[in-house]
Amino acid sequence: MSLDPITLSVIQAGLQQVCDEMDLSFSRAAFSPVIAEANDRSDGIYSADDGSLIAQGAGGLPVFVGTMQYSTRTLIEMIADGNAAAPQPDDIYIVNDPYLGGTHLMDVRFAKPYYRNGEIYCWLSNTGHWPDTGGSVPGGFSASATAVEQEGLRLPPVRLFKQGVLDEEIFAIISSNIRVADQRIGDVKAQAAALLVGERRLNALLDRYGDDTVTEAIAELRRRAAVQMRAFIADIAEGTYSSVAWIDSDGVVNEPLAIRLAITRKGDDLTFDFTGTSPPCMGPMNSVLATTLSSVYLAMRHIFPEVPMSAGAFEPLKVVGVKDTFLDAHYPRPVSGCAAEVSQRIAEAVFAALVVPLPDRVTAAPAGTSGNFALGGHDPSRGRDFVMYQISGGGYGGNLDHDGLSNGCSTIGISKAPPVEIMEQAFPVLYHHYQLHEGSGGAGTHRGGFGLDYEVELRCGDARASFVMDHGRFGPQGALGGADGSCNQVTVNRSGERYTPEHLSKEQDISMQPGDRVQVRTPGGGGYGDPFLRAPELVCEDVILERYTSQQARDLFGVVLSEDPIAVDAANTKTLRKTMQQQ
Amino acid sequence: MANSPSGAVVGVDVGGTFTDLVELDQSTGQVRLAKVPSTLDNQAFGVLNALNAAECDLAALDLIVHGTTTTTNAVLERKLAKTGLITTQGFRDVLELGRRTRPQPYGMKGKFKPLIPRNLRIQVPERLEYTGAVVTDLDEAAVLSAGQALLDQGCETVVIHFLHAYANPDHELRAADILRQIWPNDHITMGHDLLSESREFERGVTAAVNASVQPLLERYLQRLIKELETGGYTGDVLVMNGNGGMVSAARVSIEAAKTVMSGPASGVIAAAYTGRRAGFGNLITYDMGGTSTDVALIRDSEPSVSNEIELEYAMPIHVPMVDVRTVGAGGGSIARVNPAGLLEVGPESAGADPGPICYGQGGNTPTISDANLILGRLDPAGLNSIKGGVSLDDVKSIFARELGDPLGLDAVQAAAAVIKIANTKMAGAIRMVSISLGIDPRDFALFAFGGAGPLHASELARELDVPRLIVPSRPGITNAIGCVVADLRHDFTNTLNAPLDSLDETRLRDVFAAQTADGERQIAQENIDIHAVRHLYSVDMQFIGQTHLLRVPLDRPDVDLKTLRALFEEAYFRRFRVELAYIRANVVNANTSVIGTRAELDLSSLIDPQGRKSTLDEAQTGMRAVFFEDSWQDTPIYWRDHLPGDFNLTGPAIVQQMDTTLLLEPGDRASGDSDGNILVNIGGAK
Repeated sequence: MSLDPITLSVIQAGLQQVCDEMDLSFSRAAFSPVIAEANDRSDGIYSADDGSLIAQGAGGLPVFVGTMQYSTRTLIEMIADGNAAAPQPDDIYIVNDPYLGGTHLMDVRFAKPYYRNGEIYCWLSNTGHWPDTGGSVPGGFSASATAVEQEGLRLPPVRLFKQGVLDEEIFAIISSNIRVADQRIGDVKAQAAALLVGERRLNALLDRYGDDTVTEAIAELRRRAAVQMRAFIADIAEGTYSSVAWIDSDGVVNEPLAIRLAITRKGDDLTFDFTGTSPPCMGPMNSVLATTLSSVYLAMRHIFPEVPMSAGAFEPLKVVGVKDTFLDAHYPRPVSGCAAEVSQRIAEAVFAALVVPLPDRVTAAPAGTSGNFALGGHDPSRGRDFVMYQISGGGYGGNLDHDGLSNGCSTIGISKAPPVEIMEQAFPVLYHHYQLHEGSGGAGTHRGGFGLDYEVELRCGDARASFVMDHGRFGPQGALGGADGSCNQVTVNRSGERYTPEHLSKEQDISMQPGDRVQVRTPGGGGYGDPFLRAPELVCEDVILERYTSQQARDLFGVVLSEDPIAVDAANTKTLRKTMQQQ
Repeated sequence: MANSPSGAVVGVDVGGTFTDLVELDQSTGQVRLAKVPSTLDNQAFGVLNALNAAECDLAALDLIVHGTTTTTNAVLERKLAKTGLITTQGFRDVLELGRRTRPQPYGMKGKFKPLIPRNLRIQVPERLEYTGAVVTDLDEAAVLSAGQALLDQGCETVVIHFLHAYANPDHELRAADILRQIWPNDHITMGHDLLSESREFERGVTAAVNASVQPLLERYLQRLIKELETGGYTGDVLVMNGNGGMVSAARVSIEAAKTVMSGPASGVIAAAYTGRRAGFGNLITYDMGGTSTDVALIRDSEPSVSNEIELEYAMPIHVPMVDVRTVGAGGGSIARVNPAGLLEVGPESAGADPGPICYGQGGNTPTISDANLILGRLDPAGLNSIKGGVSLDDVKSIFARELGDPLGLDAVQAAAAVIKIANTKMAGAIRMVSISLGIDPRDFALFAFGGAGPLHASELARELDVPRLIVPSRPGITNAIGCVVADLRHDFTNTLNAPLDSLDETRLRDVFAAQTADGERQIAQENIDIHAVRHLYSVDMQFIGQTHLLRVPLDRPDVDLKTLRALFEEAYFRRFRVELAYIRANVVNANTSVIGTRAELDLSSLIDPQGRKSTLDEAQTGMRAVFFEDSWQDTPIYWRDHLPGDFNLTGPAIVQQMDTTLLLEPGDRASGDSDGNILVNIGGAK
C-alpha cells in the first residue's frame, strides 16, 4: 500500500502534536523553575530499532534536538547486550550518564518503551534539567572539576518506575545524593506524567490511522526530511568554509581551547570536519559526542528552521574529525560545561563558517554563553538552605536585515530569565543594578545587540558562589567586516576588595559573606558588515540613547558628533571615515 | 435597581476591517444591524456611519456600549503618546531587557522596540526589599528634577515604576504626589496601581502601555462623544475592557491598558451569554476570520480570564483579560507544497490585500477560502459580484498547477487536502489551548462565529471529538452583541506570597474585603442600571518551589486554611493528574472580580421573527454540489433568516446568511432554539 501525501501530512502533524502535548504537560506540572519557567526540557518519539528521532516537541530546548536519539539508542543497545534490565510494559528508565548519549549530569532523561500488541513500537523519552544532582557545587556547574564524580550523581539506565510503580529504593538513593531533594518528587512525577500523556495520544493516533500506515508514514517522513534538508543545502555554493571559535579555558588549565571547523559542501551533503580542534581538557569544558552532534544540528536548525526535526533532517550532515578532541570526551572527563557553553561555541563556529555562503540567513555570532551563576548556602532570614541560579542573556549578532537583539537567550536555550523581584523573594540577595551592558554591541553596518550588566549582593547568612560562563577572553565574532562584541566581564567584590577571576569567566567555591557582591557584564553580539557603512544617524541615535559614548561612535564607527544637541557632524564624519579606512 | 432595561441599547464594535453595530430595543423588540467599513485613523467616523446605516435615532437611544481597537492598534503600531519613565536607580533598562528571550525557538534574528526610549527613562535613588521594607529612602528632589527633565523633553505622560512597589506602594505614591506639583495633566501612571503583582518587567510594561495610550484613548472618546452629542445623543457611553466588562467613557482612560484586546473579549462575552441561555455553560469559542482564528474557553458560563496575556513578542499586559488565544489559520492562509513534497497551510496569509485568489485583487496563491469555493462550500455565484473577473476555473487551474501537480492530485482533491490539513492543524492548536487551560475538549461544546468559523466548525468538532456545535444567530457581529450584553466588571489582584500553613486567615479576608469594597464603590460611581452585584473570588497558588500558578476558585471569601489546601490539591490533581500531598503550598495572589450584572436581554429578535418561513422547504434557496470527504453530494442550501423557528434538519446542508456560511456535514443533526441559535449534534461524534 502506498501513502497519499495528505495522510502523510496529517500523520506528521499528529506525531508533532503528541510531542507538543508532552512538552506542555511536563512544563506545566514541573517543579524546577529551570523546567517550568525556562523550558529546559524536551520530549520526543524515538524508533524502536535504533532510537532515531521520529518527532520532537517544537518547544523543546534546542540543545536536546539531537541528544535524545543517542541516549535512546544507547539504552536499546545496552538492553540488547544485557547491560541494562530488560523492559516491561509501563517501565520508565532514568539515566543521566553523559557518556551514554547525554549532556551534563543535570539533564535527567526518562525513557519509556511504548508497547503495541505486546511489542515495543517505539520509545517515548524526555529530558529535564534538574536544579541539582549532587556533586561539589550546588547546581552542578563546577568550574574546576577534573572528573565526573565531582560533578554529581551519575545514573546508568535503571528502571525508576517498574510496571508503573515508582521504585522507592532507587528514588531514596537519588534523594540522598542531591540538594533540595524534597521538591524533586514533583519533577519526577511531572516527567513521568508527560510520557503517559504521550502514550495516550499515540494510542489515539495509531488507532485512528492503523499501525501499518503510521509505520509507513514515519519511514516516508524521514526520507522526505532528508530531501528537504538537501534542498536547502543546495543553496550553499560548493566549497569549503572554515572557522575557528575559542573557549576561554577549561576552568583548570588557563589556556584557550580551539574549535577548528571546516565545512565542505559537496553534492547535497555537508561535512563538518573538526580536525585540529584541541584535545580533551582537564576541566569541565569537555563535550560528549551526543552533545557535539546535537550542537551542529541545532546550529543548522537556526539557519534552516523550516526543516522539521527528524532523524532524516540530520542524514545529510556528516560530522568527522572529533576523535581525540575535547568534543568527544570519555569517562571520566568532567563535562558540566558541555551543554551550556561548548555547544554554543560549536554553533558559533558553524555560524562563522556559513555566514559567508549564506549571508542572508546567518547572523554574526550571538553572545553564546548561558551565564550560569550559582549561589548556594544557608539563608537565616528564611531558615533554610538554598541554591540560586542566575542565567543571563547577551547580545545577538547583527545580520543582513537588522541590528542584533539585546539580551537574547542563549543559542541553545529558549528560556526566560527570572525577574529580579522573584529572585529577591526567594533568595537572600539584593541586586544593585540590572541594566544594559553599554557599549557592548560589536560595531558593524548592523551592530550587535547589547549584553546585560548586573550586580548582586549577598544580604545575610553565608554562601558559596560559582560560575561557568565563557567569552571572557574572546568576544562573539563579528561577520563580513563587523567587529567582535564585547567580552563577558565578571568582577567579584569580597570585603570591599574587587578582583577579576583568574579564568575570567569561570570560578568556583567563592566564599561569600553578607555585603559581598558579584558583578557580571555579559557579551554583546558580533557586528555584521563594515561599521563605516553604518548610517551616521543610527550611530547618533545610539549615543543619544547612551548605548555608546561619543568617543565610541568615533573610534568604532568613524562618526563625529556635535554636542548639545547631539547631532551628526557630516563633514567631519566623512573625513574621519576616509582617514580611518586608509589606516 | 431596574429589572428590565428601559429602552434602546446600541453595541458598536470597531474591528480591523468592519465596524459592526446592533441596536436592541427591549420595549419594542426592534433590532437594527449594520456593518460598515472601519475608519482606523479616526474610528469615530465608522461608528457614526454605522449609526447612520442602521438608521438609529440618536436622541432616542438610552445607552451606547463601544468596543474600540484604538489602544490595541496604538501599541502594535507604536503610535504612542510621548511617555517618560521614572524608576529605581539601577533598573532603567527593565523595559528594554525583557526576560531575555527571542521571538522564536529557532532562528537567531529578532527585533524589539521598547515602549519608552532609553533617553526618556530616568532613574532616581530609592529601593525597597521584597517585604516592602525600605532599603534606600526616596530621593524626592531627584523625582522632581526627573519629572522636569521629562517635561522639558516634551513628555505628555509619565510612568512611576519602582522595584517591589507591589509590596509597599509608599514610594510610588509619594513620587506621584511630587510630580503632580509640576505635571500639567492627570496622566501619571503608577506601576503598582493597575495590578499589584511582582515581576518588574511585566508590571512595568503594563504601566507603560497604560501611560502611552491614555491620552490617545481620552482624546478619541472626547471626539466621539462630541459627535454623538451633536447628533442629539444624551445617554452614557460605556467602553469595553479586555476583561469583558465595561466602564464609563469618563473613567475608562484612567486604566486605558485594560481596553487592549477588548474586541476579541466581547465576542467571548457574547458566546458565554448566548451559550448560557441555550443551556451550554462549557464552551470552546472558535472565531475564524480572514487572517487568524481566536479561541477561548468558557467554563460554567464564565470566560477564562488571565493576567498574563502577551499582546505580541515581549509585550506582556498583566491586567485581567479574557484569555483569547490566536491560533492556526484564517480564510486567507496560504497553502503550498514544501521542498519535501508535503502540503503546508499557513502561517503566511494573503491578508486582505491581495487576499485569496477569489477576491479578484490579483491574489494568485491558493488559500483556504479558495479551497472552500472549489469544494462548493462557499457559493461560486458569489464570484460574480466580485471585481477582477476571476472565474471558478481560474481558481481551479491555479490549484491544479501549484498544489495538484506536485502532489499528484486534481484541483478538487487538492482543495479537499488544503481543508483537511488546515482543520487538522487548527484542531491541534485548539487542543493545545484546551490542555494548557487544563480541560478536555470533549467535555465542551464548540461555539462558532466570525466570518469563516461556521464553515469549518463541524469538521473541526469531529476532529476534536466535540459532540455539540452552537452557531449563534448573528455570527458575523458577535463582538457587537457582546457589547450589548456585557456587565460592569472590575478585577483586583493583590500579591500575598505566603506559605499556606503560615497564612493569616484574617489578612486574606481583609484583602478580599478591600477588593470587594473597591469594586462596589467603582460600580456605584457608574450611572448604569444594575440588576445584581456578584463576586468571584479566587486565589493563585503553587507548591513551594514552583513558578507556575494555579488559580483556585473560591465559593466564598471567608475560607479557612484547611479548605484552601483541599481545594488547591483537588484543582492541582484535576489539572496535572499528580498528587503531591507532602509538599507545602504557597498562596501567591488573592483575586476578586466584582461584577454588576445587567438585566437579561431577549436575543430572539436578532433574526426577525416576521421573516421566518413556516417550513424548511420554503427556507431552501436551492441545491448545489458540495464536496465532502471523497465525493460530491447534492446539498440543499437554506437562507438562515427564513428558517422556521423550530426546524430540524440533517446534513449535508448549507445555511447561508448575510455574513457567514454554516456547513453541516453528512450525518449532522441541526435544530433551532428560541434565541435563534442553531444547535448541531455532530454526526458520528463519540
